[in-house]
Amino acid sequence: MKQALQIISLIALCLTIFPALLFFAGQMELDAVKWLMLAATAVWFIATPLWMGREEQSQQAAE
Amino acid sequence: MSEDQTQSTSGEFERQPVPKGSLLGFKSFIGMYAGEHCAGTELMIGPLFVAAGVSAFDLIFGLLLGNLLAVLSWMFICAPIATHSRLTLYYHLEKICGRKLVTLYNLANGVMFCFLAGSMITVSATAVGVCVNFPMPGLTDIMPNSIGWVLAVLGVGVLISIVAACGYNTVSKFANIASPWMVLVFLVFGVVALRQFMLATDTPVNSLESLWHLASTEIWKGGDPLPGQVKFTFWHVTFFAWFCNMAMHIGMSDLSVFRFAKKSWYAVATAAGMYVGHFMAWIAASLLYSYQLRVDPTDTDVLPGPMAFRAAGYAGLLCVVIAGWTTANPTIYRAGLAFQAIVPRMPRFSVTLATGLLATLAGMFPGIAMKLLGFVAIYGMILMPMGAVIFVDFYLLRRFGMQSNYAELSRKSFNWAAGLTWFVTLGTCVTLVKFTALQALLADSLGIQLLPGFSGVQIYFVSLPGWFVAAGLYIILSKIYQNKVHK
Repeated sequence: MKQALQIISLIALCLTIFPALLFFAGQMELDAVKWLMLAATAVWFIATPLWMGREEQSQQAAE
Repeated sequence: MSEDQTQSTSGEFERQPVPKGSLLGFKSFIGMYAGEHCAGTELMIGPLFVAAGVSAFDLIFGLLLGNLLAVLSWMFICAPIATHSRLTLYYHLEKICGRKLVTLYNLANGVMFCFLAGSMITVSATAVGVCVNFPMPGLTDIMPNSIGWVLAVLGVGVLISIVAACGYNTVSKFANIASPWMVLVFLVFGVVALRQFMLATDTPVNSLESLWHLASTEIWKGGDPLPGQVKFTFWHVTFFAWFCNMAMHIGMSDLSVFRFAKKSWYAVATAAGMYVGHFMAWIAASLLYSYQLRVDPTDTDVLPGPMAFRAAGYAGLLCVVIAGWTTANPTIYRAGLAFQAIVPRMPRFSVTLATGLLATLAGMFPGIAMKLLGFVAIYGMILMPMGAVIFVDFYLLRRFGMQSNYAELSRKSFNWAAGLTWFVTLGTCVTLVKFTALQALLADSLGIQLLPGFSGVQIYFVSLPGWFVAAGLYIILSKIYQNKVHK
């Protein structure tokens, strides 16, 4: 489960930067870049808190 | 920095060396510094370089050199002392200076943190202006310019203050989560603005040479600064990049961080913060502003919210809010801690809330954010002399036959040698910065001409001679003070 969430977060990060690179290469319009970035942002902030920092919390709980 | 770690460790080992079992690995410091130095204020600093008329060579190579000097300062000045003594800055200073002088230092530190947090709130509030229509401050504005602006800062500031007072841990965890995303959004700002420049100038970039041509002829053209701004040269950029975190490295604030490092060379991890935040992010932010000036040369306002929105839409706007919020939060918390040391009986909640409201008040005055380059230099200058005192105390005093940690040994609550070093150094620095005005005053009133031809030292450079003044003074004054106390 954790690995799947990490992959989703990674995809979200890729979706944050790649559209801008496509815009730089003249392969995408800026409006599309902005909407894709917003979607990637939403995915990042939904998926990442589900795994990042969780190990520390469970360790602290165990202690 | 990783505020989790500051928080979790600040309650431990406050008055004892960090034990071996609690030391941290190299990776902890990379994440810590990369996150901390990609902050809301980077969105102000980059544009202000452009407003200061910086050229491409001066900006790129000045930042490369200045950031290298900053990393070396952490590695060879701050970290060796931190990993040897493994004490917090405050306890280290208390041993040298005594409790009362440390209280005064805390007050100065807390006030500076408040202003810094204020400028971060200013940055976040510019994002509100994109959604709600009200007049926003211009580049030369010092005072609040509209009721809408005051209300926007008040709203953002009160929210940040309440969260800082009650939910510090949650925000610091959120900051860690946001950090990798934020770094990429900063990169997007740069990539998008560069493409916009290519389209606007009809200049294809297909080699380093063509990129450099675009950068030096269209983006950072050099020339005169905008009205009210100081002209920035290679040396201004170098010294600014070196000294903007002076309080942390040469000023020794990061003793509290590197006391957890297994080896002093771990301070090389600060390069992650410098070259991500103070190189990439500054360049990206400056690209945004430079493009804004290209589109409309009369639009000189440095407003991170609208600039980010134009380049990256709502994700960019969110980045401005989060960058300002996540960095203002720990800054308010740190200022609160500094103030609480002065009034220990007041609950931390009340102190942090009051500190946040003070920062909010400061944030209403756009002059602080618009003059951020100068403010950051003043911040470093004010705290630098105490760094020199710690350096001399650690490396030199015993070699000159004196005692280090003198306040602890002599049970003094105010080491006058350290106190005078601080005050006299600051007085010297202010005199050097204001030398032209002082010279004119003396010439007018007394007819005295001091050092004709010497026009003083700009605030961006004064901390370098200031450090040597502080180091020399502390040796001389300690000799006098320690002899006097022992008689």
